[in-house]
Amino acid sequence: MNISVLSGKGGTGKTTIAIGIADTIKGSIKVDCDVDAANMHMFYKGMQISSEEFFSGEKAYIDTNKCIKCGRCKNSCKFDAIENSKIDFLKCEGCGVCSLVCPSNAIVLSKNKVANILEYKLEDGYLIKADMEIGADGSGRLITKLRDNAKKYEGVNIIDGSPGIGCSVIASITGADIALIVTEPTLSGIDDLKRILELTKTFNVLPLVCINKYDINLDMSQNIEEYCNENKIQVISKIPYDKFVLKSINELKPITSYKDSEAGRKIIEISEKILNIYEKIKK
Amino acid sequence: MKIFISAESKEKDSLMDPRFGRCQIFSVYDTETKEIISMDNPGYTSGGGAGIQASNFLIDQKADVLITGHLGPNAREVLKNSTIKTYTSSPKNINEILKDYLENKLVETTN
Amino acid sequence: MNIVVLSGKGGTGKTLVSTNLVKYMKANYIDADVEEPNGFIFLKPAIKEKIDVKVKVPFIDKDKCKKCFKCTEFCRFNALAKTSDKVLIFDKLCHSCGGCKIVCKFDAIEYVDKKVGIIEKGHSEGFKCSRGLLNIGEPMAVPVIKELLSNLGGELNIIDSSPGTSCNVVNILEHADAAILVTEPTNFGLHDLDRAVKLVKKFNMPFAVVVNRVTEKYNIITKYCSRNKIEVLGQIDYDKDIAIMYSRGELIINKEKYLNIFKALSSKIKEKWL
Repeated sequence: MNISVLSGKGGTGKTTIAIGIADTIKGSIKVDCDVDAANMHMFYKGMQISSEEFFSGEKAYIDTNKCIKCGRCKNSCKFDAIENSKIDFLKCEGCGVCSLVCPSNAIVLSKNKVANILEYKLEDGYLIKADMEIGADGSGRLITKLRDNAKKYEGVNIIDGSPGIGCSVIASITGADIALIVTEPTLSGIDDLKRILELTKTFNVLPLVCINKYDINLDMSQNIEEYCNENKIQVISKIPYDKFVLKSINELKPITSYKDSEAGRKIIEISEKILNIYEKIKK
Repeated sequence: MKIFISAESKEKDSLMDPRFGRCQIFSVYDTETKEIISMDNPGYTSGGGAGIQASNFLIDQKADVLITGHLGPNAREVLKNSTIKTYTSSPKNINEILKDYLENKLVETTN
Repeated sequence: MNIVVLSGKGGTGKTLVSTNLVKYMKANYIDADVEEPNGFIFLKPAIKEKIDVKVKVPFIDKDKCKKCFKCTEFCRFNALAKTSDKVLIFDKLCHSCGGCKIVCKFDAIEYVDKKVGIIEKGHSEGFKCSRGLLNIGEPMAVPVIKELLSNLGGELNIIDSSPGTSCNVVNILEHADAAILVTEPTNFGLHDLDRAVKLVKKFNMPFAVVVNRVTEKYNIITKYCSRNKIEVLGQIDYDKDIAIMYSRGELIINKEKYLNIFKALSSKIKEKWL
């Protein structure tokens, strides 16, 4: 079973919840697809068992020995990535036009290293994450690769997705059994929830909504519930604002390990409900 | 006739990969030679538009039939404009899927 | 002068800081988080102008096209696909590089405009507000960001960035003169701040940190900043009231205790950078 934990907006508590679920379902495979800000690994001790370089797209390189400084490359680059016969890697999009127009074959395109993919064996289950190069792009392909690497291990996959609605999120959704969408009862949160629900509909993934910190605005929470009911989307849980969450992040222990945490209790319930729902859809 | 099936590995008894654009391998069965070979899917290593790249690959290879789990909208668009017939199957062993196809048990995807 | 407010991690308080700072300093506000812009919820500007953002995508003249497929071979983004009898265009994948037109020997490719988003401009109580909105389903935000940030006036502009350190943020930083990095005093906040610092350093611009949701004055972030000689412009306490006001779309400087924080931030910014 694959569960993707998503949120349109950052900071809703996605990672806290994903880790809580991963802690409840024993032997789970944690897949950190929030590649711009991968944080799951901080909660675990384990042994690194694999490290793999990941390449995506290309960047142009100018061989200064062959370059005759005619400037044709600079004139045809639509991304302003060439100055004084040098390529600005942050701006270069690897389109190949400079290489095409160069009269002296001085420009080649080489594959671009985007990240290192790391796999860890933990006390309980495994963790897979990517260490991205600064300024690099977390394309759908990297996330697909992370999810593919996870397949070789037995266990429920808990995917911590990227915030947003772009191609990274899409790659976290496709082929998932369930998308657990974490939202907060703010004006920004509702807007972003609607955008994500459009995505889950397009990709035919069962959405379950969790309203986190619901008690900071009861009216807004109710609006979300009503919206979900009208659109036949299940609200699987409402989690209250809980001081233990901050403790959990500071102590780097899953929220579910604090017996007095209401949020922790709710997350355990969510995990059990998800397992039941999955059993039903399998039939 | 060449039948392409999206597959998880090059093994003879590989499972079908339900994804088309980003599957790693295509298992290709030739009805004349009755042989199965494996080919790498260039869409797997593509940055964006994997479905397009995979579709173009099948067109270049003169595929007649494609069997997979589901197609994304881009792949669907390209294949609609080709002579390739696409069928859907649930994830199973590719040999079983081939058998299903040859016994006319598979459903053709309509556009 | 353009000051960008960014963070490695989402949800640390970029919009909180930028909108309240803008209101206090009467600076112009630009919401460059074009995938999920939230700033206007707090500033409630009157929108005076809407501008379409367009990119150039290829269009093939079927009469001139000889189906040599050199364009589909050239395109590195799979925006041009080969079928049995024609070239298909997937404009969402097109990066508008112009290469396909160059390789076409039959002059069969022209470029046409495609709308990918919109810029909205207005004002709120004496300062200008603008934002970009990417159309849902469009994968690339950069053209909207570029359009939004081109031709900014010489006044004080505060640019609310998108989270992360990817190409959206890189494009935003191209237009910055200085950066404020917002983070929270947790392990996550530290880890992601470090990434944001590494990115900002590539641009050689002055930058400083604001810490949000603070429970202790000397914390994991202040230690990191002190070790790395990075200035902390200010700290905002962990306060449930702030969360509540935020959820209602209210600016926190409406309350005296928070007004002072932004008064102090504003002085420091003027002293250091203006």
